[in-house]
Amino acid sequence: MRLPKLPAPPLPAALRPKPPRPGTANGPVGRIDAAREAGTTAVDWVDERTSLSGGMRWLMFRKVPKGTNWFYTLGSATMFAFLSQAVTGVFLAMYYDPSPTHAYESARYITNEAFLGAFVRGMHKWGSSMMLILIFLHMGRTFFFGAYKYPRELNWVIGVVLLVLTLMMALTGYLLPFDQRSYWASVVAVNINGSGPLVGPYLADFLRAGPDFTATTLSRFYAIHMLLIPGAIAALIGAHLYLVAKLGTTAPPWLKAEPESDLRTTEA
Amino acid sequence: MNQGEKEEYLRDYAVLKSQGKPFFPYAVAKDAAMAAVVMVVIISLSLVLGAELGPKANPTTTTYTPRPEWYFFFLFELLRVIKPPSFTGLAMIGIPTVCLILLILLPFYDRGPERRPERRPIATLTGIFVIAAMAYLTYQGANAGSPTSIDLKTPPAVMQQGPAVVAQFNAGRQVAAQSGCLACHKIGDNGNDGPGPPLKDIGTRLPAQAIARTLTNPTSPMPPFQECGTQGPGQSAVSCLPPQKFNALVYFLSHLKSK
Repeated sequence: MRLPKLPAPPLPAALRPKPPRPGTANGPVGRIDAAREAGTTAVDWVDERTSLSGGMRWLMFRKVPKGTNWFYTLGSATMFAFLSQAVTGVFLAMYYDPSPTHAYESARYITNEAFLGAFVRGMHKWGSSMMLILIFLHMGRTFFFGAYKYPRELNWVIGVVLLVLTLMMALTGYLLPFDQRSYWASVVAVNINGSGPLVGPYLADFLRAGPDFTATTLSRFYAIHMLLIPGAIAALIGAHLYLVAKLGTTAPPWLKAEPESDLRTTEA
Repeated sequence: MNQGEKEEYLRDYAVLKSQGKPFFPYAVAKDAAMAAVVMVVIISLSLVLGAELGPKANPTTTTYTPRPEWYFFFLFELLRVIKPPSFTGLAMIGIPTVCLILLILLPFYDRGPERRPERRPIATLTGIFVIAAMAYLTYQGANAGSPTSIDLKTPPAVMQQGPAVVAQFNAGRQVAAQSGCLACHKIGDNGNDGPGPPLKDIGTRLPAQAIARTLTNPTSPMPPFQECGTQGPGQSAVSCLPPQKFNALVYFLSHLKSK
């Protein structure tokens, strides 16, 4: 039996219980619900301040033409190989010392003593071969599928520059272990560079840091290998990807768009 | 491509694209699978083949034969096969530079609307030819012996003196090739022109004894070549040759004469 409800005591307004706020009829939000929504809340918080969600939606939910096959994964695989090189490179840089007196010793330390050092160095060495193979395969796919044609000309140009930068990475990285093989191959490579027309001698002098292969050459190769080219590659990969997302990946060349009448019926 | 062809392409592409699937998750899944394959291959290569570390770099050795990484073999082989001096500059810089310029400008001279490889016979065949040529040069470069062999005919004056002398001349030629002389000297069509003088006719300019003196006590930056055991108190045995090889080298050089 319900007791008759007593009238509310005549309290001042400030002490009276507040009426429930609209929308909270189901009781207070539980902790589980709050935790469940935390992620959304955080993303919303960031999105409210950056408006990134539109860009992400544009990037991730754009359509890829039908007929896209495994050949179209070569570009992202190349980028993945580059990321692998970046990560293993960071770990190698933790132990490497780019001075001519200590370079070989630190490379020896990495190879023989550091924890997993030989493994990481092996990954970096073979990753470079892998990256070049993938970049050539990706370029071959683009070439034979005619994917460099209108409107993607600029992306081809960026891609060729990326290829050249990758080869320069291979060249500058080859010297760093500072063993006989890397030293002499680099001497020859720089000399070949020096015999080039116009800029050749200047380029060789720049690479060597002077007319001869000296102590400064190694640290110069190291800075180019560690800072200059990776930065350029990362920036150009960004531009390359932006254009891919903007223009769309090509459909295989043998696919023809079906007549518009079919399209109309399927859409209806 | 003219304006009409461009518009036709964009129209067709828009239709094909609208019939496709979203990038996420379909293409992302494929890319992730491929990335996993790449990772597995890199890790296996690292575990199976590893990365060797040779002896420490020694700028004073002169007998080391430089070998580039395998993906530069094709370039290396290109430089090796083209020996005549008038073509060397062309081969070293001309061919790679021209190829690179052609590569980078490809979309600007190949402007036809056709994209199917079998309907672009010139482009497809050129592509196949370039790949085959690079594969061939890489293979040749990988199997090349010493890249510093001296390709030179034995002079008739030496030939006349009988097989023993010819053998010594050839031995000296081999020592010269293995000692890295060609890095700085030109002998006939072989080697780099400079910083050292060409040695094609060194025998006419210097007598054998002067050549031997120059080898043991050269002008910088040329490294000294010594007979083993003859170096003075202050000199280190950085690059000593057994007396037999040293004599063969001197003999070879002193018989390089202009006709």
